[in-house]
Amino acid sequence: MGRRLVLGMLGLGVAGVATARYVQGGLESFLGAAADKDPTGLTGLLPNGGGFRYYSVTSSVPDRSAADYRLTVDGLVTRPATYTLDALRALPQTRLVRDVQCVTGWRVPGTPFAGVQLSRLLDAAGVRPGAGAVRFTSFDGAYSESLTLEQARRDDVLIALSMQDKPVSHAHGGPVRLYVAPMYFYKSAKWLSGITVTQKVERGFWEERGYDIDAWVGRSNGREDHPTS
Amino acid sequence: MHRTTAWLMGACVVTAAVLYVPQFAEAVGRRELVVRVHEICGALLPVPVLLGLASRAFRADLGRLNRFHPYDRTWLRTALRREREPRPSGKFNAGQKVYAGWIAGAALVMLGTGLLMWFTHLAPIEVRIGSTFVHDWLSLAVGIVVAGHVWMAIGDPVARRGMRTGSVDRPWAEREHPLWEPELDDAPRGDE
Repeated sequence: MGRRLVLGMLGLGVAGVATARYVQGGLESFLGAAADKDPTGLTGLLPNGGGFRYYSVTSSVPDRSAADYRLTVDGLVTRPATYTLDALRALPQTRLVRDVQCVTGWRVPGTPFAGVQLSRLLDAAGVRPGAGAVRFTSFDGAYSESLTLEQARRDDVLIALSMQDKPVSHAHGGPVRLYVAPMYFYKSAKWLSGITVTQKVERGFWEERGYDIDAWVGRSNGREDHPTS
Repeated sequence: MHRTTAWLMGACVVTAAVLYVPQFAEAVGRRELVVRVHEICGALLPVPVLLGLASRAFRADLGRLNRFHPYDRTWLRTALRREREPRPSGKFNAGQKVYAGWIAGAALVMLGTGLLMWFTHLAPIEVRIGSTFVHDWLSLAVGIVVAGHVWMAIGDPVARRGMRTGSVDRPWAEREHPLWEPELDDAPRGDE
């Protein structure tokens, strides 16, 4: 009888794995709707309960304010530059509203991001011949990401200053983060502090640990999510 | 053995919370390290039980947990009605038997789905998505059930002393597990 309980749980587990794709969709929309009306925020803790999850690869990340934040652009460029937060704010802003898809499965629908198109900073710096990629570094001291030059010049790649129509908070990678709309969210490096134009793509933090470099949503990392951009 | 299992389970639950609850994730960070600890503790979870199989007393206990007697039904009915009497039980009451079976099965499912998520090349994408789904939801259930298990233990100091030292006092055993002694008569007396 006890044995039957054990086997019953195993059977339920296998059935759950097999039927997940049918159950999951319904559950997600139900919980998403419930989360909108839930004042306690507890639904956010349920699996697929909607909302963002906080991931950091280091134990703590320093705070940067408008006073001490700096973004450097260097590498294979003719005019290396350093931007303050105010300087970035003074540039033309682009606002995009797309879904955010994490490679671990969660998705947040219709999230507004706004900021400066990366291509604008690259043009201002003057990319030198022979350059093929862009490397991003973070002031958390550990995270890094890369895009090919072609990917970096897409008009849906932003140096984001606002997220959900508010300044990017520290937890979400503020004051400035990268936003690569068509790719899994690990490409959108938080706490962005450096943009370096390089010859070839260098693997970023998670890519050293097995994630795909060309992280198109729905076409990489063995996943079949709906494209976000 | 119970202590090792409990520590491993505790480590799994704590690291799971850090991976899952945004506030904890924010406080701890170090995602890669936390993932490693979670994976390793999860993989080791069944080891103490497997080693325990070498002990005859442990196998006898497994036999007791596996065998449901008619009086177990009485015990469960009384417990579900939240009444005190009658609660006939041997060394393990019916609640403990149900818990043991459920948690053993759940742990195996968590282990299986966890391994599929860990070694991504083992299974196609549909199976991995399903595994993530089951692992997420079952973890919630396991968390609640284990919390209940700990809650019951907190309420019963004699049972806790029994787990720690291996013996309980006679009046407690006669009150809480009245059929323990008759059970001993028809079971082989091992090295307990």
